[in-house]
Amino acid sequence: MNFAEIKEQAIAEWQALQQSHKPVIFVGAATCGRAAGAEAVLTALNRELKDKNIDAIVIETGCIGLCYAEPLVDVVKPGRPRICYRNVTPEIASQIVEDYLIKDNPRPDLALGTIGEGTLNGIPKLFELPVLKPQVRIVLRRCGFIDPTNIRHYIATEGYTGFVKALRMKPEEIIEEIKRSGLRGRGGAGFPTGRKWEFCRNSPGEEKYIICNADEGDPGAFMNRSLLEGDPHSVLEGMLIGAYAVGAKEGYIYCRAEYPLALERLKIALRQMQEYNLVGDNILGSGFSFHIKIKEGAGAFVCGEETALIASVEGRRGMPRPRPPFPAVSGLWGKPTNINNVETWACAAAILQRGADWYASYGTERCKGTKTFSLVGKVKNTGLIEVPFGITMRQIVEQIGGGILADKRFKAVQTGGPSGGCLPSEFLDTPIDYESLTSAGSIMGSGGMIVMDEDTCVVDVARYFLDFIQKESCGKCVPCRVGTKQMLSILDRITRGEGRLEDIDVLQKLAMTVKQGSLCGLGQTGPNPVLTTIRYFRQEYEAHIVDKRCPALTCKELCFYYILPDKCQACMICLRNCPANAIKGGKKLVHVIDQSKCTKCGTCLDVCPPRFSAVVKISGEKPRLPQEPVPLERAR
Amino acid sequence: MGKQLTEILAPFQGERGATIPVLQRVQQELGYLSEEAISAIAEFLNLSESEVFGVASFYTQFRFIPCGKHNIKVCLGTACHVRGGQRIKETLEQELGISAGGTTPDLEFSLERVACFGSCALAPVIVLDHQVYGRMTPAKAKEIISNLKSKSKE
Repeated sequence: MNFAEIKEQAIAEWQALQQSHKPVIFVGAATCGRAAGAEAVLTALNRELKDKNIDAIVIETGCIGLCYAEPLVDVVKPGRPRICYRNVTPEIASQIVEDYLIKDNPRPDLALGTIGEGTLNGIPKLFELPVLKPQVRIVLRRCGFIDPTNIRHYIATEGYTGFVKALRMKPEEIIEEIKRSGLRGRGGAGFPTGRKWEFCRNSPGEEKYIICNADEGDPGAFMNRSLLEGDPHSVLEGMLIGAYAVGAKEGYIYCRAEYPLALERLKIALRQMQEYNLVGDNILGSGFSFHIKIKEGAGAFVCGEETALIASVEGRRGMPRPRPPFPAVSGLWGKPTNINNVETWACAAAILQRGADWYASYGTERCKGTKTFSLVGKVKNTGLIEVPFGITMRQIVEQIGGGILADKRFKAVQTGGPSGGCLPSEFLDTPIDYESLTSAGSIMGSGGMIVMDEDTCVVDVARYFLDFIQKESCGKCVPCRVGTKQMLSILDRITRGEGRLEDIDVLQKLAMTVKQGSLCGLGQTGPNPVLTTIRYFRQEYEAHIVDKRCPALTCKELCFYYILPDKCQACMICLRNCPANAIKGGKKLVHVIDQSKCTKCGTCLDVCPPRFSAVVKISGEKPRLPQEPVPLERAR
Repeated sequence: MGKQLTEILAPFQGERGATIPVLQRVQQELGYLSEEAISAIAEFLNLSESEVFGVASFYTQFRFIPCGKHNIKVCLGTACHVRGGQRIKETLEQELGISAGGTTPDLEFSLERVACFGSCALAPVIVLDHQVYGRMTPAKAKEIISNLKSKSKE
């Protein structure tokens, strides 16, 4: 079968689904959907459909990115717009079948929005909602809409047309097209992709490799996982195009083992590509051959770095080496190798499908196109987003994110994972691109965006990231191995209330030494969270050091729990629940926490009935309260 | 070399850069990497035992002691951290009476800390025997453990 025939067949299947006379139900069943309970919903749906004798098509899709509303179930009735239902439980799933499929009541109260032409009373259009309106979907455009385990869905939606187009072009023309699109590496450093491909193409040697870096190790980032789970073929098509452009016959996908579903979807996708002769020898009869192998990572953050990743693929300890030589000259097995991130490959596919000019029409002068971010932390609408470069942090946090949870006060956004920094509110209106984030002391990184509110302690966050970096340092460069250890012990001390004023200066000096004396990105950027928090939140460090106080009430050693005698009703609830038996008291006796026994687990605060609110968490000055239980009436 | 190990290793004959996939397969089949397994792998790959152990000990995935029947991974990624992952970890440690990285003496439970599962939007999360549980609270964590404990007693 040639590609035109494959495409025709795929489109016929896709259109039959779109125009199906049966109801079609889509269930978002990516990892996050499953964690929220999508599998139980799926079981309930299938059982209900069977019980009610309804003939419907049920399809598992990837993630549309609205993770806060998971599990999501979309229902299409013939001739009606698609309705997206939010936070669906097995019970709600049964109700939707009963009410909408049988009684034709679309239940606007359970719906998030409609998709497609037409309107339904009482339900807004999904893509007009504030959470989606500022977004531009290029990389994620199929996620949540196609069945990721069905290659024909991908082909019917422009899939592999970019590669087929590339096959008719000269490799140099493809590289020119990528250059013209302005695409820059989405793994974080932002190196122009076209130039990177050109270096590899121009390197002498017959044997060349390409690698897809799916070792998404930044804690707080899941863009690559979501894309691989929701639309694996877009990444694979990008790899085919790249391989043809640089002249590689073999490629590897290095995917972290913590992503079992992404790995499974990739394996299915590769099998389907083989069936259609889209991978292997003499692809589509073009004479071009390319083989793809999947390598599972084994849990090492540093393997996100190119040279460490190569060492790991070769079966060695994943330790970086000095560059030059760059992988484009001497990479895997000493041969010219081109490594790109998952998202970069998917962008390359979209660019060949729709053209460089179209892609470059999004974004800013310096940064073209879109970027996916995982928007998490203390925002209302957590999820996966895709926005054009040039959008402001404020739009992301306030509009897309829906503002801060429980309407608390915004404190900072952390971008770039352990290599990035915490940016305070004065950066909310800065347009986002690689350069603006770097000049603010952070980095773009792969796209983790963690929002912090007044309850997040930035000193604790800096300590958290440094602890991570220190554990993940491969140990090759002494400043990174030893420097991060020293920095961590200083930060530990500060969060315990044993900090000294000179600690801040020492931290800054050590940070610069680590940055300058390390070979790879891990050491060169690892101190960024510490440096940016000192730069923007110095007063919080000083509160920990001078006042022995954690303003965000996060650092355990600096916080204490107390029971307010005038509010305590002697109900015994906290006393019974305290796992450390640290609460003294009795019937009609005001309860008292024995500070020497208290483990500060916070159980008493959780269990104290809100109408009493007698337990408080305090940092800094200790209140003068009774040390022993006293009768209720004496406490008033 | 045990017969079982020979069978596990056979498909990797002649594969380039097979060290990590071999270690992964052996751990998957046998639960952990014993001294015996490491030396068998070294012999098979024509490497020294120290080289193989050097690779294995570099990556956090590999275990050198047996794992409990139920494996609980508590995520301490950034999103989980700012949303209270630490408290979930402490609750689990308390309920199981072990610290992260340990296994209960009856070999029923292992507790591990993991840097990120990529389910950040549902933070804090734990993974119990490959099943991800999102939006955890200390109370939910306790419930999961007590359910498991009562099941294993039956």
